[in-house]
Amino acid sequence: MERIPILRIGRVLLVTIQVDMHDRLAMSLQDDLTARIVSDQAAGVLIDISALDIVDSFIGRMLGNIASMARILDAETVVVGMQPSVAITLVELGLSLPGIRTALNVDRGMDLLRVSEDQGEQK
Amino acid sequence: MSSIISEIVDKNQHQLLEAWMHFQREKLGNRQDRISDAQLRANSEQFLASLRTSLNSGSTNISTPEWARTRELLGDLSSQRATQGFSPTETATFVFSFKQALLAALQARLAKDPEALVQESYKADELLDQLGLYTTEVYQKSREQVINRQQQEMMELSTPVVELWEGILALPLIGTLDSNRTQIVMQNLLEAIVRDGADLAIIDITGVPTVDTLVAQHLLKTVAAARLMGADCIISGIRPQIAQTIIHLGVDLSGVLTKATLVEAFRLALKKKSLTITKA
Repeated sequence: MERIPILRIGRVLLVTIQVDMHDRLAMSLQDDLTARIVSDQAAGVLIDISALDIVDSFIGRMLGNIASMARILDAETVVVGMQPSVAITLVELGLSLPGIRTALNVDRGMDLLRVSEDQGEQK
Repeated sequence: MSSIISEIVDKNQHQLLEAWMHFQREKLGNRQDRISDAQLRANSEQFLASLRTSLNSGSTNISTPEWARTRELLGDLSSQRATQGFSPTETATFVFSFKQALLAALQARLAKDPEALVQESYKADELLDQLGLYTTEVYQKSREQVINRQQQEMMELSTPVVELWEGILALPLIGTLDSNRTQIVMQNLLEAIVRDGADLAIIDITGVPTVDTLVAQHLLKTVAAARLMGADCIISGIRPQIAQTIIHLGVDLSGVLTKATLVEAFRLALKKKSLTITKA
């Protein structure tokens, strides 16, 4: 069965979605990711969707779910690399993905996670 | 069917043309600066020749293929006149003044047979009315094309995205925002965000005359789309009246950063990027 690879960079887990998502794949990604957050003690999750030309309500909800799950496990989620056309479609559909942080690319996403990690430690 | 008309057009071509030219000159009067006499004559000759061929086919329905050449000719003429600045009346005069010439010729030919005269006049009338209406239709269409093109150009002119600083974009909006424009504005902004790697965008609405619920909704959409791309938006240039309208309409802008002026917005943007401006 195909799986979406999860890469670890420091305390951040990087997930690059490059294929069409379907229910099974989404479920296995949620399973794998939550397991990895716990086992790797990850502080952040980066989800790169720059390869996706179409993002529908299903993927939108899945991203929201993953973000919520990660938050419970004390990891920050950032969605990066959304295409302009995808952003317009999502907004027109009324899905503005509240509760999900976004960044332009992986680099920016890493910066964002680093900053919030620093702030978290200061508290 | 309209054999008498086609016969007259066939045989009296020269007289018809002269009479027609006379009527055209009379009607166009002071419009002769826009079109030369030679040009007018050439147009008229072409039209007469193709009318003759079409009439000889025996059909009087101008939407049949026999009339294709004549329609094409009239179409070209109308769109040409539309761009030259002729009024619809002046354009239609081209065909309608020919009616006068043709009716006069019919009268001369059928003076002894009033019944046939009425019948033939009616036919000629109907035929030329069709052609005249066709001219007006084409005229209208070419005017619409001009308007559409201008709209398109205005759309492109009025939605520039400028880079104020590394990573800070400004989008000065001028004119009313409708769905079409919002779409273009959004697209331009998002593409600029990707191109310049910007993470802050200032949308300045000083040039937007009125903000109603629809415009506000479009603004919020743009902000939401930019946020999905990982860029924060600041809305600036909100005039006092507009602030009042927004609140009276019950539009919720609480989720968006707003500033009264572009200066304030830029200051906030610099602060967010931990930049300061100092005197040298």
